[in-house]
Amino acid sequence: MRPNLFYGLPVDLFYGLPIVLMTFVCLAAIVVSALLRNNSKVVFVFSCVGLVAVIGAACLLFPNGTAFQGMISVGVYSSFFDILFCSAALLVMIAGRSYLQRMEFEFDEFYLLILLATSGMMLMAHANHLLITFIGIEVMSVSFYVLAAYMRTKTLSVEAGLKYFLLGAFATGFLLYGMALVYGATGGAMEFGAIRSAVGREPSSLLLMAGTGLIIVGLCFKVAAFPFHSWAPDVYQGAPTVVTAFMSTAGKAAALSAFYTLMNALIPDGSPEATKIYMLLAVISAASMLFGNIVAATQTNVKRMLAYSSVAQAGYMMMGLVAGTKAGMTGMMMYLASYMFTQIGALVVASIIETKYGENLEFSDYAGLSKSQPALAGLMALFMFSMVGIPPLAMFFGKYYLFTAAIDAGFTWLAVVAAVATVISAYFYLGLIVTMYFKQQNEGQAVLQTEPGLSGITLVLSASGVIMLGLLPALLVKLTTLGL
Amino acid sequence: MSLIFALFAPLVGSIALLLFDRVALRSIRYTALTVSLAAFGFALAAFLGFDASSPQFQMVVDKPWIPSIDAGFRIGVDGMSILFVLLTAITMAVAVLASFKTIHEREKQWYSMLLLLQFSVTGCFVALDTMLFYTFFELLLIPMYFIIGIWGGERRIYAALKFFIYTMFGSMIMLVALVWLSLYVQQTTGHFTTNLLILREVAPTLGLSVQTWLFAAFTLAFCIKIPLFPVHTWLPDVQEQSPVVGAMIVGAVLFKIGVYGLIRFVLEFFPAASFEYATVMCALGAIAVVYGGLVAIVQTDIKRMAAYALVCSLGVVVMGIFSMTPEGLQGAIIQTFNHGLSVSALFLCIGYVTERRKSTTLADFGGLARVMPVFTVFFAISIFSLVGLPGLNGFVGEYLLLLGTFRSPFLNTWVFGIVGAVSGTLAAAYFLKMLQKIAFGKNDREENQVLSDLTPLEIAQLLPATILMLWIGLYPATFMRVSEESTQALVGKLEVLKFGKTTYAESLEKMKHPTKSEHQNNEEHKESSKK
Repeated sequence: MRPNLFYGLPVDLFYGLPIVLMTFVCLAAIVVSALLRNNSKVVFVFSCVGLVAVIGAACLLFPNGTAFQGMISVGVYSSFFDILFCSAALLVMIAGRSYLQRMEFEFDEFYLLILLATSGMMLMAHANHLLITFIGIEVMSVSFYVLAAYMRTKTLSVEAGLKYFLLGAFATGFLLYGMALVYGATGGAMEFGAIRSAVGREPSSLLLMAGTGLIIVGLCFKVAAFPFHSWAPDVYQGAPTVVTAFMSTAGKAAALSAFYTLMNALIPDGSPEATKIYMLLAVISAASMLFGNIVAATQTNVKRMLAYSSVAQAGYMMMGLVAGTKAGMTGMMMYLASYMFTQIGALVVASIIETKYGENLEFSDYAGLSKSQPALAGLMALFMFSMVGIPPLAMFFGKYYLFTAAIDAGFTWLAVVAAVATVISAYFYLGLIVTMYFKQQNEGQAVLQTEPGLSGITLVLSASGVIMLGLLPALLVKLTTLGL
Repeated sequence: MSLIFALFAPLVGSIALLLFDRVALRSIRYTALTVSLAAFGFALAAFLGFDASSPQFQMVVDKPWIPSIDAGFRIGVDGMSILFVLLTAITMAVAVLASFKTIHEREKQWYSMLLLLQFSVTGCFVALDTMLFYTFFELLLIPMYFIIGIWGGERRIYAALKFFIYTMFGSMIMLVALVWLSLYVQQTTGHFTTNLLILREVAPTLGLSVQTWLFAAFTLAFCIKIPLFPVHTWLPDVQEQSPVVGAMIVGAVLFKIGVYGLIRFVLEFFPAASFEYATVMCALGAIAVVYGGLVAIVQTDIKRMAAYALVCSLGVVVMGIFSMTPEGLQGAIIQTFNHGLSVSALFLCIGYVTERRKSTTLADFGGLARVMPVFTVFFAISIFSLVGLPGLNGFVGEYLLLLGTFRSPFLNTWVFGIVGAVSGTLAAAYFLKMLQKIAFGKNDREENQVLSDLTPLEIAQLLPATILMLWIGLYPATFMRVSEESTQALVGKLEVLKFGKTTYAESLEKMKHPTKSEHQNNEEHKESSKK
């Protein structure tokens, strides 16, 4: 029995500290922004400090357990994701400030929405109850719809927002319907523990299978896995570049964190149904990897290329789900963390090169970058090599762990598909390096002049993340396996 | 310690060079040269400090790296790898020296990439951990990619991408196999590990069907590197488009990783599959010999001709490896070592003339012996060494390879020996054609009559390799005895697995019980033979 009070406060507040604090930071930021009109610097600093505080709270690494009457779970798993989301938000916010100033589009709402989305993500990772998962997904998604359409005078951005909203609402319908079916099939269970035991009693119920299937569809949409990815390229291309960086890393990570906990509750151990579901997930994962990489290889726009490649990355991450083991979870978490640093880094480089009018995003605009902007080109090359999975850079070890988990779970064929897909991906990731290093600047192309400003901090942090996680993956592995 | 320094000196140099001002060409060049000479010094010290009478890994360093998968920073050398380490150090020092006059663009990056390449190649040869090996194996793609892509010829982008994707394909498949193997070790011993020394104990216990798959994955990766027919097609493009120094490194050092990998990983990990498919591998080697040789003869471009010549000569090496006899393996190792020396000398020579003449077409040359006598001497020595003239290094390796293939109890056929002998004839055909077209014949072009002979700097680049070529040709024992024990131990292991007895029990014993004296070993050997 654990005590109900901790230093005179309800103990739930202590266990739920990261979420409680995050919610507080969100609301306070709104108040700060309302009180100090048009003083985005204060809001920016406040949000950053708030995020650092939440990271600090999450670093306390609470013992595994639940809080708020079993509504949220706490522990290493959720704390890891708290740190991941908040770090992504922090990196994006720092880069976003200088980016938006360059675009002359800086409003307080950007920071508020990022904070709000982050709190939604944290709810998803902490959820121990279907409703909390749903609320988290909605809070995150609605913030994303607005963020995608943030540059409201630009057609592409508005289109991205609308497209994302319509398709996202549709996917939410699937998800919600699936949840309702599960609720019915399990006899009114909504807490994950209860669902798990109900599923264990009667694993082959048709209602349950239908519910699980619909939930998989909804979540595949959120992680942008094939064949539910069609929104991703347009939205990622149209949204402001820093927002793309946030959506494609933290957003994907949040969806996967919920995916893992939901599958953990819904897939019964060792039954024939489990084999079927795992096979379904494996097929989705393989198809995403192949499709994403093949289509990415034909793109000429850097953002679109990274968008399609993020479909493929979702496929890799799902290998962890397919394995369905602790090792798979560790691999997925490793991969998400390394992908976060790499993708944010790459998109922030793109955001620095982008002009005020949304130009300079084509591959050909990167020609000769190694001469005009050697530092930016060097960093971009580093991120691309990490994406390819060259050791000793971060994403290689993520892949290694995922391969290990998949093969251990008997999905050797999936690992082979992943290996082949990686070779395909080498073609276009290297294509960018080719343009930057091996091609001369085009005739008449204006010499790129840009000041990274605050974005430089993000770049330095991401690059050191990529290198550190690569040289010493042990640090992260220890964190992900702590207390398991 | 000298081994660690030989490994890390280039890395330190590579990073340090990035801090230099890019116009300070003199200091960049001489720093790079100093670093590579220092690395050579350390490699030489390691070579001299190596105890050739033991087949064990020596100078072993074992530090934890990623505890959760038991990957460690484990390095060490045995009789086979120490030779490759030395070869790498020699070639890279020559490569740095050779770049002084040939590279004029982005020099800072060039030397930095060159040293990074030296770091990763040396790492491949000394790694005693599959994770570490894989890291180096992949890392070397980055400098190689830039070397071809930035400083290469007209179609350099195509060549660089082709090279990268080809090799990447092989190594990704190998990665899956490596993971599979580590998981198998986990099942049998209870511990997941990437430790090479444990893997090579456990892997041979796998059943044949599984071994076949893993054998295929590893062999593919290494055969792409070698490159063996039919996955050799990246080579001519890369050789043609690379800058001459780059082509020299590819020919002299990069292929050796494939050869080394076949011996260290494929033979040791998957003996059963190696017995089963030795004939297939030798047949591929034989095809490479005939095909490469015939295609080389008809080439009109010097660099392409040299590239196909490489395919041809490496085919013989593969046959030697899969003969699985001490002679064949010794021959493969010494031949790769030789080949590295001769090929670097050959490519340097090719570089001098093509640079002076600004052409790589064979027909543009002729009669250079008259205007460039010193050049012709060095050029002829390297050509004769590659052809296998007795008295030069090529002959020693060729002879052993042929002997091994003939005598192999695993292959049990003389066909491959014949093909190996044919390779000598083919080599004579294309290399002598190259020599004759360039150095002899009529000098009927005005441009060719004013070419200047080699400068002292160029002679200095050629000398180390040429001296070693003569040394190995006249007294091969200096180098051969180093790898003798290791190869015999390996063959002993293979023979025990296949036939249940071995002629090399002594080396095998030493491997298992390094502390026991010779006397005890002999006694045990007698006892076991009595039984």
